[in-house]
Amino acid sequence: MKFDTPATTNPIDQLKVVGKPLDRVDGPLKVTGRAPYAYERHDVGAKPAVGYVLGAGIAKGRIQAMDLAAAKRAPGVLAIVTAENAGKLELGKFNTAKLLGGPDIDHYHQAIAVVVAETFEQARAAAGLIKVEYAPTQGAFDLASARDGAVVPKNANAPADTAVGDFGRAFAAAAVKLDESYTTPDHSHAMMEPHASMAAWEGDSLTVWTSNQMIAWAAGDIAKTLGMPNGKVRVISPYIGGGFGSKLFVRADAVIAALAAKAAGRPVKVALPRPLIANNTTHRPATIQRVRLGAGSDGKITAIGHETWSGNLPDGSPEEAVAQTRLLYAGANRMTATRLALLDLPEGNAMRAPGEAPGLMALEIAMDEMAEKLGMDPIEFRILNDTQVDPEDPKRPFSLRQLTECYRTGAEKFGWSARRARTGQVRDGRWLVGMGAASAFRNNLTMASGARVRLGSDGVVTVETDMTDIGTGSYTIIAQTAAEMMGVPLEKVVVRLGDSSFPASSGSGGQWGANSSTAGVYAACVKLREAVAGQLGFDAATAEFADGEVRGGGKSVPLGDAAKAREIMVEDKIEFDKEMTNSKQQSTFGAHFVEVGVDVATAEVRIRRMLAVCSAGRILNPKSARSQVIGAMVMGAGAALMEELAVDKTRGFFVNHDLAGYEVPVHADIPHQDVIFLDDTDPMSSPMKAKGVGELGICGVAAAIANAIYNASGARVRDYPVTLDKILDRLPEMG
Amino acid sequence: MLRASNLREHDMTSPGDLELNRRDLMVAAAATAAVASAPSGAGAQPAAAAAVRAPSKATVSMMVNGEARRLVDLDTRTTLLDALRESLQMPGTKKGCDHGQCGACTVIVDGRRINSCLSLAVMHEGESVTTIEGLGTPDNLHAMQAAFVKHDGYQCGYCTPGQICSAVAVLDEIKAGVPSHVTADLTAASYDPTADEIRERMSGNICRCGAYSNIVDAMSEVAGRRA
Repeated sequence: MKFDTPATTNPIDQLKVVGKPLDRVDGPLKVTGRAPYAYERHDVGAKPAVGYVLGAGIAKGRIQAMDLAAAKRAPGVLAIVTAENAGKLELGKFNTAKLLGGPDIDHYHQAIAVVVAETFEQARAAAGLIKVEYAPTQGAFDLASARDGAVVPKNANAPADTAVGDFGRAFAAAAVKLDESYTTPDHSHAMMEPHASMAAWEGDSLTVWTSNQMIAWAAGDIAKTLGMPNGKVRVISPYIGGGFGSKLFVRADAVIAALAAKAAGRPVKVALPRPLIANNTTHRPATIQRVRLGAGSDGKITAIGHETWSGNLPDGSPEEAVAQTRLLYAGANRMTATRLALLDLPEGNAMRAPGEAPGLMALEIAMDEMAEKLGMDPIEFRILNDTQVDPEDPKRPFSLRQLTECYRTGAEKFGWSARRARTGQVRDGRWLVGMGAASAFRNNLTMASGARVRLGSDGVVTVETDMTDIGTGSYTIIAQTAAEMMGVPLEKVVVRLGDSSFPASSGSGGQWGANSSTAGVYAACVKLREAVAGQLGFDAATAEFADGEVRGGGKSVPLGDAAKAREIMVEDKIEFDKEMTNSKQQSTFGAHFVEVGVDVATAEVRIRRMLAVCSAGRILNPKSARSQVIGAMVMGAGAALMEELAVDKTRGFFVNHDLAGYEVPVHADIPHQDVIFLDDTDPMSSPMKAKGVGELGICGVAAAIANAIYNASGARVRDYPVTLDKILDRLPEMG
Repeated sequence: MLRASNLREHDMTSPGDLELNRRDLMVAAAATAAVASAPSGAGAQPAAAAAVRAPSKATVSMMVNGEARRLVDLDTRTTLLDALRESLQMPGTKKGCDHGQCGACTVIVDGRRINSCLSLAVMHEGESVTTIEGLGTPDNLHAMQAAFVKHDGYQCGYCTPGQICSAVAVLDEIKAGVPSHVTADLTAASYDPTADEIRERMSGNICRCGAYSNIVDAMSEVAGRRA
């Protein structure tokens, strides 16, 4: 099905099942420990050996020699694979650095060997016996020092430079100006399930049970890396213990499990040890950002400029932190610039809302600062500079933009009117209390997505697609979509996901999964309705599918009757006509409200209240969508207050590479959270009229927290995370 | 930021008793040695090249979810976590970090929650272990499991078994009058399961999907029902 005209009324609009806050269909399996993740597939009878990965102990240089003798003699060892005996390996389409390093080392903890043994304990002990001699070479590890050498990036999604009007002249002439720099550190996804894979060969065919967000990309890149034909690799990933971008691409566990299984002559499973993950896999790159805002004394922005610098390995891509600035606020004179420095740190890549998440961390503090310079309320300043058209191309409207409504609704609900414009005015016991707000913004991306649907004589509808559920609720919203389309209760739908033998889907990334994958299921269900109507002698255009029956022309027949003779199976996919969908700018919007307490003596920060108001298309399941938003707000709280991969600038690695050193929010850090969804049914997005919501929640929330800290304490911190050492010497006098 | 560990070395019903017995000390030393022998990933040191002895084996018997289980010829380096996940093929208990940092491996041993990754299986001879599989089944959910489903107290599901085992034990701890860092009155016989008490005591169980607000709702509902 080609989506080339805006959606009109369709069966989804009945909203009998779609749009309801239903419990997740995979819930009972997950809460009882019965959902099988990649490393624990005892159910498939593979009886695997275990591989343990050794990571490089230098950031850059060469392996001079590896002594494997002691490890080979160790009890239980079946095989050791290194670059020397692995055979020729290609670089995956989606990888920047090789997944098995050696003799050249591209980054710290790059995998350089896997030891395969009968048990985990044996493999781990033997890996400790490998002796490696390195010849390290000098590398660049410090973004601030490498910034001057930064260049126009080769591999980027957006132009390195954008300009509208005459930014320089307008900024110089502006009555009120802001010119500030901000920094965001490297972030680790730190999903709870480590990267893990089990591989089994049957002749020249390979099956990999893994934990991956994008099944078709994974199958393609495993095949490419190993030099195999695409159809010879099957990837299975029904449950994924968190991704956030870390599992968009094939990583070392999958490739190494395949190599190890070949070497050992039996199935092998490999999980990356937690302390290896931060440096072995990808991370969100650190940024240095400069924001310049110019406005008239009436508060209207006349000049808006945003520049960003980040670093990556050769052929890596930049962190596109200026993305939102091109679209979020009005202003006739605009510029953005994106530059990339060469760094020899591990590969930087996508993490939840790449671009916007760090970009809004800077821009939305700048907006708060500018409002203060103008003597305006920070929300009124944003509303004054709201726009209903693409600021770079005023002929191009937004499909639906309710940023102002998000702010108005939230301000009312949160009690924003009680906020004091001057800092350090509100005291509650030992706490200085403040409020902050910030805009949430993330574009609505769409991806082609396919599905197969089957109807059995028992009236059960089975959906098969390689779509993944990384905690996002895909199983549930796909079941809701099929139930709505076929007129059956949720219990009559079976959803099977995450298998490359199913039709290729959008996968999970860029908050495109919910809208795109359910639209693919919608397309397949339209075809199934036609097949059923044909089989039962109904007019497909007017037949009604409801209560497990097909009705029309005065008769009604049980749905399952259409499959009495044999199961009906159809397949289709949704394809988005980019010319149509791009004719209007599709984005998602929100407003974050945060109240914090700052300890007047210690500068400890506690979040007291959080509210997000979101306008993000039709909400397919308000329960799971709300969870996506509050979860993203938690991750944003981490970015605001604690998350930072500490760089050893001499040896070139992230020092705090485990879950004790890399601090993420825990229960005690997070208060009760509120989310409000505005009605936002958008016929431009898909037949589902939905958009993405999984990344919107992290966008802007860190700045709202930083702004609340400023309002509470008077300490304006522009370098994340906002830890107490950056506040302590700027607290008001006690008393 | 706070990382109140949910691991308690001592009997939680007598928090004032700091006497360590000989077995506790030996156990602690063994656990430390096991962690230290793991390769750092930064390249093995020459000293590590000494000849490797065959692993020592032991037979361990324990009750798991009410069933007597015997682990014959168990490599003594095996953690309780891997004994459950690999030897007994009960993967409901999750390995998130293997270093006692995330809480995904939380199980209940003789009524107390522990991080099963920080504990060798041989330390639990004769003890009674309850895992997520033992609390309830998809068709017959434990009240806490049902509350997690109702309040969407999970997303990816990977930390969930640990959260639920912790949650069940936390409510028992509060009822039994075990104080926490945020308890105001240390002499009270029992405490109210306030949101702050729940958040403090659950802080050893990380949820990167960020379901904390919903988990507190789920636990509060179960606590209210029991009260």
